[in-house]
Amino acid sequence: MNEIVRTSITRRHFIVASTSAAGGLAISVALPGLAEAATIAAQPYGAGTAPHEVNAFLAIDPDGGILIRSPHTEMGQGAITALPMIVAEELECDWSKVRVEYASSARNLRDNGVYGDMVTAGSRGVRTSWQMLQQAGASARVRLVAAAAKRWNVPDAECEAADSKVTHKASGRTLDYGALAADAAAIKLDKEPAIRPPEQFKLIGKALPRLDTPLKINGAAKFAIDTKVPGMVYAAVAACPVPGGKLKSVDETPAKGKRGVLHVVKLDNAVAVVADRFWRAKEALALLKPEWDTGEAGKTDSAQFAKLYRDTLDGPMVTARNDGDVDAAFKTNTGKVVEALYEAPHLAHATMEPLNATVRLEGDKLEVWLGSQAPMGTIKQAAAASGLKPEQIEIHNCFLGGGFGRRTINDEMRQAILVAKQVGKPVKLVWTREEDMTQDHYRPQAAVKLRTALGADGMPVAFDARIAVGSILRSTGISKVENGIEPQAVEGFSTTSYKIPNLRVGSMLKNTHIPVMFWRSVGSSQNAFFMESYIDELAHAGGQDPYKFRRAMLMHRPDFIGVLDKIAEKGDWGKPLGSGSGRGIAIHECYGTILGQVTEVTVNPKGEVKVDRIVAAVDCGHAVNPGIIEAQIQSGIIYGLCAALYGEITIKNGAVEQTNFDTYEVVRLADTPKIEVYLALSGGKKWGGIGEPGTAATAPSVANAVFAATGVRARSLPLKNVNLHGPA
Amino acid sequence: MISFKVNGRPYQLDIEPETPLLWVIRDEIGLTGTKFGCGIAQCGACTVHVDGEAVRSCSMQVSDAAGKEVTTIEGLSPETKHPVQQAWLAEDVPQCGYCQSGQIMAAVAFLKDNPKPTDEDIDNNLTNICRCGTYVRIRKAIHRAAALMKT
Repeated sequence: MNEIVRTSITRRHFIVASTSAAGGLAISVALPGLAEAATIAAQPYGAGTAPHEVNAFLAIDPDGGILIRSPHTEMGQGAITALPMIVAEELECDWSKVRVEYASSARNLRDNGVYGDMVTAGSRGVRTSWQMLQQAGASARVRLVAAAAKRWNVPDAECEAADSKVTHKASGRTLDYGALAADAAAIKLDKEPAIRPPEQFKLIGKALPRLDTPLKINGAAKFAIDTKVPGMVYAAVAACPVPGGKLKSVDETPAKGKRGVLHVVKLDNAVAVVADRFWRAKEALALLKPEWDTGEAGKTDSAQFAKLYRDTLDGPMVTARNDGDVDAAFKTNTGKVVEALYEAPHLAHATMEPLNATVRLEGDKLEVWLGSQAPMGTIKQAAAASGLKPEQIEIHNCFLGGGFGRRTINDEMRQAILVAKQVGKPVKLVWTREEDMTQDHYRPQAAVKLRTALGADGMPVAFDARIAVGSILRSTGISKVENGIEPQAVEGFSTTSYKIPNLRVGSMLKNTHIPVMFWRSVGSSQNAFFMESYIDELAHAGGQDPYKFRRAMLMHRPDFIGVLDKIAEKGDWGKPLGSGSGRGIAIHECYGTILGQVTEVTVNPKGEVKVDRIVAAVDCGHAVNPGIIEAQIQSGIIYGLCAALYGEITIKNGAVEQTNFDTYEVVRLADTPKIEVYLALSGGKKWGGIGEPGTAATAPSVANAVFAATGVRARSLPLKNVNLHGPA
Repeated sequence: MISFKVNGRPYQLDIEPETPLLWVIRDEIGLTGTKFGCGIAQCGACTVHVDGEAVRSCSMQVSDAAGKEVTTIEGLSPETKHPVQQAWLAEDVPQCGYCQSGQIMAAVAFLKDNPKPTDEDIDNNLTNICRCGTYVRIRKAIHRAAALMKT
């Protein structure tokens, strides 16, 4: 299976939202002429219980309607389409009768994690939940069959499930799932059935249309920012521009008496204005001149941080991987030694939907409407901010207007809860774009020093990587750093599959006051740029073709070779290009998936880069929905291209300098290359993620193409800061 | 009092004239399909039509809409049947979907002036931001919509 062909299963339902004054209710409207597809409501969160459950993942109504619960959140990556497909594959149900909702985090808390960790990050939807979902479908199907067999008083083996019906093969009798669900739920099995192997898949592998598209072309889909709760007031907030700083004082007078303004609320590190409309709150907030205590952090800037990370490279390192004897190999080798220093800046997530949360705190009950990538963690954060117990909290997770890692921590919710406690009314707190960009938790800044000894044949004999980077785990407090090694900090280096006899990877974690967090593809977002650009340097230093050089070091991995050969073939590797143009290659494995890219760029005499074409091949083992995989690889590439061309968060006087899309430039249509995505699936036990790998591989393939076009090696990003003198 | 029409329905509002049209549409009128993205006319998530022209409503004062016809994504087609919506559906364009109301409204206005656009026309005229990077499918969907509108 190579080319991605979209399946032409069209739709039966459009969902048209009829918005009531109190909120939004979705009504399914069947339109003739539109064929059959599963659906989801405009507000995707579920009640957590349903009358006709067969198990925690699915319920079957008497009329045959099937409810499937997704343990992961929809933030654009296709979870609510692909994950239910895995359940439906085993359930043997009519896809057009399926409706999907988010699994309930409150129920997950009550039922001892029946839905797993519910984390939507780390490209883990399919990657970590496929077995659980297949099992849920299989376990339900076997019970439905058993219920029918019991009804007919025949052996289970004489009955068959297909298309939402059980059939007794000998007599031709049938029973619909809807008539069997209640009996099936009560059936006890000695052991749960085995799940079916991939060669038997019928639904998995089809490019079915996304469930949420009909809601996202007419304004019906509800994002957190669209929440309306009776009696709700609006809050605009300004936190100390220097992260970690505190509010010293603020004169409330300028905001008082302005139309609609209800309260000025002081928080430990922020001030909020509460009004009857968001715009009024925001305007009144702008009139305030809060005094901040920023301490020593207020004297820092990006140049100091760059020096900190560079200096760290010359200090002690903690070894994350050590193959062979690197020091001895450098001593005895007589060939070329290639050294390079690479750097990468902080980056903002800049989700399209700025962070926001609506909270209703009534007595000992707290409800929160927001977009969360980690609702179980959100419950904990809400408990800490409110002083309530986790079981007193209900998270209504909405459609996420982008996540990219940002929505794994919910600072906006903490503020909303603290404000609601003070004003005694439901509060919708919305961050402006400026607040969103300056109060992010950023991609860590990093520097690496790389040294390689090449043998007489031009192949690496010894490879030494030294990494200095901010610790995400320490900054977020999500988990402890064990033995000084953070997997995210060294991934891509410590996990490399290149066969190099002597290889050492060391790292030293250094944090500043700038909070750092998971940013799409995390450590791979910078380390793939460092590693794959440097591998290109080594190829050229040894007089080798960058594609063949990689291939020679990956011969033991047929899955890598499959991807490499695919991109070389489809990407016209080795074919001539015009003057000023060049082709670059990169390959990277993360989240269980291998992604390779051949990228073509043109650099004009002014040194401006135009990315013309990106050919990508992906090995995620199995493809649940090739249409979504294609979209996610395109998406990851564009996100990575933003970082390659423009992305940079800089610090001055301890504060982030970029405030909006005018100063934090991102890729738009004009910068979008032609993108081709091919599957190079190796199958087997591999079930890789697809949300992030595209991002990781993009910067190095672009930078390597720029080198091919200009002879200039970009050892830092973004490329807009690199002096490229046009064609070499 | 400021009077104007939204999706054919007349409104008369007692509101500060400098209020951005975006917040009037979202918080006064209650139509939330039009999104807040940047507040400075950079991203286009708030795109609506005012007298048929695409406007970034975060940066237009409501007083400038007085006496005019505003169309939001909800008013584009009562049954989601506008050719641009149909093309978006066929190409499965949206991912997170937050920017897509604005993308569609911008594309509808663009196609009125450019019924047979090239990729270059699309790239040069449509500047809305999509952080999910749905641009490749947006291009395809615009070509599909152009073909649908011709027939």
